[in-house]
Amino acid sequence: MYRLQSLAARSLIAGALDHCTPLTLTSLTGVRHKSQGPSVEKCGQMRFLTAEAKASAGRLDGKMREKTLTMDTLNPQVKAVEYAVRGPIVLKAGEIERYLEEGGTKPFSEVIKANIGDAHAMGQQPITFLRQVVALCTFPELMDSPSFPEDAKWRARRILQGCGGHSLGSYSASPGVECIRKDIAAYIEQRDEGVPSDWENIYLTTGASDGIMTILRLLVSGKDSSRTGVMIPIPQYPLYSAAISEMDAVQVNYYLDEDNCWALDINELHRAYQAAKQHCQPRVICIINPGNPTGQVQSKKCIEEVLHFAYEENLFVMSDEVYQDNVYAPDCQFHSFKKVLYEMGPEYFSSVELVSFHSTSKGYTGECGFRGGYMEVINMDPEVKAQLVKLLSVRLCPPLAGQAAMDVIVNPPQPEEHTFKQFHQEKSSVLGALAEKAKLTEQILNAVPGIKCNPVQGAMYAFPRIFIPPKAVEEAKALGMQPDMLYCLRLLEETGICVVPGSGFGQKDRTYHFRMTILPSIEKLNVLLGKVRDFHISFLKEYSGLE
Amino acid sequence: LVVLRGSLYPTVPDWVLNFSPLPSLSSPHRNLSAFPAAQSEHLQQKMSENGALPLRGKVLTVDTMNANVKKVDYAVRGPIVQRAVQIEKELKEGVKKPFEEVIKANIGDAHAMGQRPITFFRQVIALCTYPQLLDDNKFPEDAKNRARRILQSCGGNSIGAYTTSQGIDCVRHDVASYIQRRDGGIPSDPDNIYLTTGASDGIVTILKLLTAGEGRTRTGVMISIPQYPLYSASIAELGAVQINYYLNEEKCWSLDISELQRSLHAAREHCNPRVLCIINPGNPTGQVQSRQCIEDVIRFAAKENLFLMADEVYQDNVYAEGCEFHSFKKVLFEMGPEYSSKVELASFHSTSKCYMGECGFRGGYMEVINMDPEVKAQLTKLVSVRLCPPAPGQALMDLVVNSPQPGEPSYQTFMKERTAVLSALAEKAKLTEEILNTVPGISCNPVQGAMYSFPRITLPERAINEAKAKGQAPDMFYCMKLLEESGICLVPGSGFGQREGTYHFRMTILPPTDKLKIMLNKLKEFHQKFTQQYS
Repeated sequence: MYRLQSLAARSLIAGALDHCTPLTLTSLTGVRHKSQGPSVEKCGQMRFLTAEAKASAGRLDGKMREKTLTMDTLNPQVKAVEYAVRGPIVLKAGEIERYLEEGGTKPFSEVIKANIGDAHAMGQQPITFLRQVVALCTFPELMDSPSFPEDAKWRARRILQGCGGHSLGSYSASPGVECIRKDIAAYIEQRDEGVPSDWENIYLTTGASDGIMTILRLLVSGKDSSRTGVMIPIPQYPLYSAAISEMDAVQVNYYLDEDNCWALDINELHRAYQAAKQHCQPRVICIINPGNPTGQVQSKKCIEEVLHFAYEENLFVMSDEVYQDNVYAPDCQFHSFKKVLYEMGPEYFSSVELVSFHSTSKGYTGECGFRGGYMEVINMDPEVKAQLVKLLSVRLCPPLAGQAAMDVIVNPPQPEEHTFKQFHQEKSSVLGALAEKAKLTEQILNAVPGIKCNPVQGAMYAFPRIFIPPKAVEEAKALGMQPDMLYCLRLLEETGICVVPGSGFGQKDRTYHFRMTILPSIEKLNVLLGKVRDFHISFLKEYSGLE
Repeated sequence: LVVLRGSLYPTVPDWVLNFSPLPSLSSPHRNLSAFPAAQSEHLQQKMSENGALPLRGKVLTVDTMNANVKKVDYAVRGPIVQRAVQIEKELKEGVKKPFEEVIKANIGDAHAMGQRPITFFRQVIALCTYPQLLDDNKFPEDAKNRARRILQSCGGNSIGAYTTSQGIDCVRHDVASYIQRRDGGIPSDPDNIYLTTGASDGIVTILKLLTAGEGRTRTGVMISIPQYPLYSASIAELGAVQINYYLNEEKCWSLDISELQRSLHAAREHCNPRVLCIINPGNPTGQVQSRQCIEDVIRFAAKENLFLMADEVYQDNVYAEGCEFHSFKKVLFEMGPEYSSKVELASFHSTSKCYMGECGFRGGYMEVINMDPEVKAQLTKLVSVRLCPPAPGQALMDLVVNSPQPGEPSYQTFMKERTAVLSALAEKAKLTEEILNTVPGISCNPVQGAMYSFPRITLPERAINEAKAKGQAPDMFYCMKLLEESGICLVPGSGFGQREGTYHFRMTILPPTDKLKIMLNKLKEFHQKFTQQYS
C-alpha cells in the first residue's frame, strides 16, 4: 500500500504535465491572459512527453537511423526521478523571465523565485571573511596585500599548506583536505560540548546532496521483498525521493504531523515501518532537522525516540542537519543527532550507525555555488568505510574552493581576532533578518482565509496549507494536474511568484500546500506575501462561484 | 567497532532506563539473526575482544551493501596510492627509508607536481570570489571585465548562488563559440552544452542515461583496453556490461576497426552494446588518433547504432610532430549530413588537464549532439537533482574557452605561461620515452599526447610466480616493490587493463624536468635490480 502511495507521490508532478495537451492548457490560460508569451503549454512541451514529440520520433523510424537513446531505451530509473524544486514550474519561470527580458508584457514586472533556498540570488551578501579566505587561496599573490586581514591570510596559508603543491588547483585526497577534516572534527566536538569526533570519520562532499546520494548508494541492495527500503518524512526534500528512484530503492513514507507543528510521531514511524516490512526491507531512516520543507525543529525527546526506534529496528540513520544554524523560534534549539546519541549512553553510541550531513549552502553563509559540504560517519563497519573511500575516489575529490569555504564555516574568526567583530555582525544580521522574516511570513499567511501556516521554527521555508475549492480541484483533475500545481502555475502566471507545489514534496491525501523560501529581502517579502494573499482570495472567489 | 572509553560517558539519563526492557539487551542475538552463522560468530568474537557486549549487528556490512559498489575498482587511487600516503606519513614521523620523498606519478595532478597556475585565470576567479578587488588597480582590466561578465550572469551577482543546473548561461555561450572556433566554424548550440563537475561527472551522467535492460538486453559499453578506470568503475557501479576492445600496442596504441568489430560481435552474444567510448588523446596510452581513424570509428558507430562518447579532455596536450587533435564533432560534421544529423555524440572537456591543470576546481563541460529532445529534457532533470556544478569551476571553464586575446593587457603573460607549460610537457614526453627505451626489459611507445607514458615491462618468470603466490597481479607486485624501495608511486597496468601476459605501468610525465630525470633513473636502476633479483 505504501509502495503504491510512494509511487503515486513520485508521479504527481510527472502526471501533472504529462497529460498537458496543448489544447487543454490553452483552455486554462486562454481565459485569462490571451497570448501573453510563453504559457503553460510551452511548459508542457518542455517537459516533454507530448504527443507531438512522440509522433516526430515515430516519423524518424522509417526514414532514418533510429536514435540509440530514446525515451523507450532510456534508463527507466532516470525516467522515474522527479525533482520539483527545479521542476516544470521553475522551467516555466525561467521562460517567463526571458520573455520579460525580451520586452514581453505580463501583469508583473519581475519573477520572484521563492522556489529554492538560494540566499545570494535573493540578495543576501556573502560573509566578507569567508570570501577573503577563498580569494587568498585562489590567488596567493594577495597575501602581500595590506587590505586583507591577517586572520584571513593565516587561514588561507594553512589551507594551502594542506593542498598538493600548495595550490587549490590540485586534487585533494578523496575524503577531503586533511587539515579541513581535522577542523571539522574540532568544530563538531565543540558544537556537541565535548562529544568526541574523529577526523577520519569526516568526508568532505560536493554539497550535502552528494553525500546523501553516496551513502544511499552504499545501502541499496537486495531484490523484491529484500530490496532496501528508505524511510523518509512526508513532506520531504525531493532529493531523497529522486535519489531513491534513481537507485531503484523502495521509498517508505512516514508522515509528519501537520496539526502538531510538523512534529515527528514515533507511532507513525512504527506504522510505516511495519507496513513497509511486508514488501521491502527497511534499512535506513532519513531525518531532516530542522525540517525542509516544513521548518520544524525537533525536540531532544523526539530525537531520542527516533534513535531508540532505529536501535530497536536495526536501521541506519541519516540525519540531514544542513539547517543547524537556522533556528529562529525562541523556544527551539538545535540538537545534533550525534550528541543525543552519545547522551543516550554507550550501548547506543557504540552501535547505531549514523551519518550526519552539513553544507556551506545554508546557515548564515548561503554559499550554494561553492558546492561545499561534509558528512560525519559514526559506527560504520570498517570494511564498508574502505568501500566508501573507494567509491569517493572514483570522482577524485570535492571542489577545493568548496572545501575551503567549509573550513571557514567550521573555523570562523574567534573573539580575540580582529575580524571577529565584522564577522559576528554580518552573521547576526543575516540570522536576525531570517528570524524576522520567518515570523512575518507565518503572520501574514495566517491572516489569509484558506491559508494555514505552521510556525517557521527553523530552516528557510514556509510550507503553508492552502484550501483549494472543489471546483478548482476538479478543473485540475480534468487537466491531469495536481490541484496545487494548478494553483502554483496560476500564481506564477498572474503574479510572477514562483513557489513549489506541495505535491512535489509529498503530502497527506487531499491536502494541498506550497513551499516558499523566506529569503527575499523584507520589503520584497512583504510585497510577495501581499500578492500571494490577493491571489489566493481571488482564486477562492473565482472557484467558489462568487464571480 | 568502537572501543568504548567508559569514563567519558555521562550517566545514562533517566528516560533511557524507562525503556524497559531494551529488546536487544534482553536477547542479544536477535539482531544478528540476519547474518550467516559464521559471520555472526565472527562478529561476536570481535566484540568480546573489545570487551563490549554484542548488542546489535551492523545494518551496513560488506555482505549487505550494494553489490555493484563492491565491484568498483579505481586503481588510480587504489592500494598503491594508499600505501604511498602511509609511507609519506612514516617519513614525516622520522622512519628511515632508502629515499627522502615519495614522488606521486600516479595521477595527472599538475599543480601537485609543482606546475604554477595560469595567473590570469586565478586573477579572474579571485575577482569573482571577492568582488571588492574590482577596485584594486593591481588587477588588469581584461580580468576585471571577464569577472564582471561572469558575475552578471550569476544570481544576485554572486558566485555563491546556485547556477542553473545546465550551467551559467554566458559560460555555455562562451563554450559554444569556443567549440565553433576550434572546429573551423561548425556551429555549436549553447543549448547542447552542459557544464559538469569535472569531466568524470559528465561521463557518469551520460552512462547513467544509457544503462537499461536486463540479462541479454542489458546495455553494453565498449571501452578501450587499456582504459582510464573511471569507465570500468562507472560501468560496474551502474551494473552495465563492460565490453573490451584492445588498442594495438605494436602500432603505437592505435585503434583498429576490425578489433572493434570483433569485440562488438562477441558482446552481442550476451548483452546489448549501445555505447562506444573513445579517449583521444589516450589515457593511459598517450596516442593521438588520426583523422582517418576517427572517421572509421564514426562510420562504425553509425552502422552499428552506437552512441559515441568522446573523452577529449587532453585536446590541448598534443606533443608529437605530425600529430594533431581532431575533435570527433568536427570530423562527424565533415562527413556530411548523412552522419552529422544522425550519430549521437557526447564529447567531454575539463579544466583539469591541458596547460591549466586546475583539477581542484572540478570544472568541465560536455556537448551533446543529436540527442533525442525528450532524452535531453530527462538529462536536464537528472542534473537538476544535484543542483549545479561548482560555480568557481564553471568560471574557470569560461576562462579556458575565453582566454586573453591579442591586444588585451594580459595576452602576453598568458601566452608565455601557456607555452611554457606545453613545451615543458612536450620535452618531458620525449625525455620519458627516450630514457625508458634505454632500459632492457622496458619498451615505451611515443607519448604523442595526454600526460602519461604506459610502458610495457618484461617481468621474470620467478617474479610472476611470487606475485601469483601472494595473490597479486605481477605488475602490482612490481609497483609495490618500486614504491617501497624508491618512493616512486606508479599505477600498475592491471588497473587499466592490458592483454593477458603483458605487464605495464602508468606514470605521469608531470614532475619538473630535473625531478623527472631523477625519477626515470631510479626507475631504471630498480628495473635492472628487480630483473637480476628474479632471474
